[in-house]
Amino acid sequence: MLAGGAEAVAEAAVAAETEHQQPRYMAIWATLAVLTAIEVGVAFLGFSRSVTVLALLGMAVWKALLVAFYFMHLKYEPKALRIMVAAPLIPAALLVLVVLLEY
Amino acid sequence: MTSHAATVDSTAQRPERGLGVYDKKVGMWVFLCSEVMFFTGLIGSYIILRFGASDVWPMPGEVLNVPVTAVNTFLLICSSVTMVKAFAAAEVGDLKGMRLYLLATAVIGAGFVGVQVFEYNQLIHHGFLPSSGLYGATFFTMTGFHGLHVTVGVICIAWVTAKAYRGGYTQEDHEGVEVIGLYWHFVDLVWIILFTVVYLI
Repeated sequence: MLAGGAEAVAEAAVAAETEHQQPRYMAIWATLAVLTAIEVGVAFLGFSRSVTVLALLGMAVWKALLVAFYFMHLKYEPKALRIMVAAPLIPAALLVLVVLLEY
Repeated sequence: MTSHAATVDSTAQRPERGLGVYDKKVGMWVFLCSEVMFFTGLIGSYIILRFGASDVWPMPGEVLNVPVTAVNTFLLICSSVTMVKAFAAAEVGDLKGMRLYLLATAVIGAGFVGVQVFEYNQLIHHGFLPSSGLYGATFFTMTGFHGLHVTVGVICIAWVTAKAYRGGYTQEDHEGVEVIGLYWHFVDLVWIILFTVVYLI
């Protein structure tokens, strides 16, 4: 399984060079899968509550950014589109942060 | 009169206007922006309810079957990569590869819905219902709305796959594959957040 994954990553690396500037999709897939496994581990390893929550949120944001930038190829879109997409993140962050400040 | 004609001319010469992105893609992104607020509304409500009732909130894994859902999360990640591979195949004119990757995405996506139905069935069998207090209400509302999005996505991808098998997409024109891909990746992205917030924290 591991060897197969490594092969896939190597293949993706070769493919990424031939398919003019396509991101290394299989490497990103592998990263997402490994991060998911680490998340489940962290949730049950019994670290202190704050460490667990911060680590889990950090990994979730990391995974979300990988999906948005590479699978949704935001990284390669015009700046104007990226600004438009970022716009709802401001009220979204405000909503979550203001609600969190209540507690 | 002449100045008016000149204006029209200069507009016609500009190959890209607005965002420099084709209309269908802009439309999908605008829709996804509204979806960000939809799910943020749910998460905001969840925070209020959870912190307001933190003494009765179960620890991760006490009620929910985390290993099954972790496998399901992996399935959704796999379907996201097959979706993007379908688009990448279309970009280089590999239409056969595009069709196979689209088919795989639809099948794996349907698998996710199947596992979620199995999970719901198990939970309900053990007496955990949307009416089982705030925990049950928030769990079924958040995962239910996400599951509905996945179901809609599977139906749309099946439709796009059928169109692909009828020769509806070419290397030059495969906007439909890219646009449904954006929706599908967004649903995957939302699940990444929900899995952490609902199951692990």
